[in-house]
Amino acid sequence: MKKFTTHRGVAAPLLRINIDTDAIIPSREMKRVSKHGLGEGLFAGWRYTEPGGRRPRPEFVLNQPAYNGASILLSGSNFGCGSSREHAVWALVEYGIRAVIASGFGAIFYGNCIRNGLLPVVLPDAVVRQLAAAVAADPQACPLTIDLQQKTVVAPGGGAFSFAIEPALQEILLQGLDPIDITQKMQRRIASFETTYRRRRPWLFEPG
Amino acid sequence: MGKTLFEKIWTDHQVAELEGDTCLLYIDRVFLHERTGSIALQSLEAAGRKVRNPQQVFCTMDHIVDTLPGRSDRTRVPGGEAFIQTTRSASHSAGIKLFDIGDPGQGIVHVISPEQGIVQPGCTLVCPDSHTCSQGALGALAWGIGSSEAEHALATGTLRVNRPRTLRVDFEGRLPPGVGAKDMILHLIAAHSTAGGAGFAIEFAGAAVRELEIEARLTLCNMAVEFSAFTGLVAPDRKAFDYLRGRPYAPRGRAWEQALAYWRTLRSDDDARFDRIIRIDCAAIAPTVSWGTSPQQASAVSAQVPSPAAAADAAAAKSIERALAYMGLEPGRRLTDIPIDAAFIGSCTNSRLSDLRAAARVLRGRRVAAGVKAICVPGSSQVKAAAEAEGLDRVFIEAGFEWRESGCSMCFYAGGESFGRRQRVISSTNRNFESRQGPETRTHLASPVTVAASAVAGRIADVREFLR
Ligand code: SF4
Repeated sequence: MKKFTTHRGVAAPLLRINIDTDAIIPSREMKRVSKHGLGEGLFAGWRYTEPGGRRPRPEFVLNQPAYNGASILLSGSNFGCGSSREHAVWALVEYGIRAVIASGFGAIFYGNCIRNGLLPVVLPDAVVRQLAAAVAADPQACPLTIDLQQKTVVAPGGGAFSFAIEPALQEILLQGLDPIDITQKMQRRIASFETTYRRRRPWLFEPG
Repeated sequence: MGKTLFEKIWTDHQVAELEGDTCLLYIDRVFLHERTGSIALQSLEAAGRKVRNPQQVFCTMDHIVDTLPGRSDRTRVPGGEAFIQTTRSASHSAGIKLFDIGDPGQGIVHVISPEQGIVQPGCTLVCPDSHTCSQGALGALAWGIGSSEAEHALATGTLRVNRPRTLRVDFEGRLPPGVGAKDMILHLIAAHSTAGGAGFAIEFAGAAVRELEIEARLTLCNMAVEFSAFTGLVAPDRKAFDYLRGRPYAPRGRAWEQALAYWRTLRSDDDARFDRIIRIDCAAIAPTVSWGTSPQQASAVSAQVPSPAAAADAAAAKSIERALAYMGLEPGRRLTDIPIDAAFIGSCTNSRLSDLRAAARVLRGRRVAAGVKAICVPGSSQVKAAAEAEGLDRVFIEAGFEWRESGCSMCFYAGGESFGRRQRVISSTNRNFESRQGPETRTHLASPVTVAASAVAGRIADVREFLR
């Protein structure tokens, strides 16, 4: 998995609340049993003029030249709520988004980000708005810098904002670890738990 | 100090404490479906990993499969066939039980898992599907995960989980006539916002919850995710035990007695501490209908479309404004004056036998209004068969409803069937997000009886006027 240590990039504001995973990747854009080929469908309902079409809607933020190459999204609370589809994260990552900054995330989406090297940054709404304002004048010339080791977002003017993240999740991102590999190292512990557990709750395994 | 029901189940499954608030939990059951399970199984195999406990894993075809009569692997969803066939071959090679098309046990994952007795009190169950929280209705710890996490659970039999806090929601008093579990959960979300349950495992409690039958509790827990909760659950009681007895995967004989003795301990102790408690007076709940594009944008059916000016803050005002533009509504309009184009009864929220019976009581001897497209999709093949055995299909068909094969159907749009642009649908589903049921389709969430009443009226209707 791709590591996340520090990142500096153009930030695009999508300051709506409750942006759900259907909006991030409409179900109709999930055309194959694959984690790939989803970047094109990112925000398709807002980004293109027609459902299923590819003609850009000029007013959508990611279609504006000022936000060309955006790799950080600034958004409202409850980003990534709704459907559990990991395709939302795969689409963001394939498009080139490295971090999303919002005051809150859908819980499943948050977990999905961690598994795919996408950094979800939780900061209060007022700070998100402040960051959006700080980059607005010239987004290309005013990138944001995110340092995961320090757990800070640095605005172009220099103001730094600290955010919190569970240490275990921070480690996974910093090292680009695969949680399955880490857990498999605990194989013996799992097996011994399982043996006693099955004795304790046998009906779950042998209904009789 | 006593323990909450959630804490009891959590501790029982704790393999190891990891860093911070994270634990490694043992997972008793994994359920998959062809939409997101296909990719999980495929990429597990590609990584050269094996399903650790195939006999604890189950899979169904519900999301992509057509619900029109005479269905096969071919579906209206572009590329749908590949999802179905990949799921089938991956399930077979992993050795997991698949409820395939044509299997009498097939149906929507959260409908068939309880129906088969796969979810049981006190167990942990995960599925790469956000509405897995529904299954907490049986007193299980059941929650939705992503595909990568599903791979983790399949490969290791465990998950690394950040421990949620606990919230108890007490529904006190009695429900008024015409009001059910769907109205309870919409009412809760409207009152406390979609963020109200964020970070919590919710125990639904109180006299009104104890009164609810298991199928209604499934409806209640179904939308815990719309409240941003980790999951919802209800303490298992006689109703839960009676519901499970004799189901295909439920314990039998001596195992049943053993299970029952344990299940009876699964309740929050009287002195257990919750991080938060919310109290709701059920007398104040009316049939509830959503008017916007988030489940929190819902009101009593007797209310009017609100004005953005009445919102708590600027962000909320903006979101109401956006929602009304999308929904094609103006502030001040009475909800019961809004004409509808379509009515949908189905989904893991409200498509079980009791839902269909209740809707049929409203429809019996009545006709769907001219110009309204009305569809009923039973939640499982068993629900469909049981409904047909008591003649409910005739009631729906004679009223003017289409009667379908079971599946998720038009609960969500995947490029296949949809209601069409700007069509206004009253729907017994759980999500009224923009374009959820089709590009620019306008969804109003409601209970199945409100959907039935509205289908007859041709506009959003107050079901209480239909009850004799
Ligand atoms: S019925 Fe709808 S909400 Fe339920 S599992 Fe299927 S698509 Fe998801």
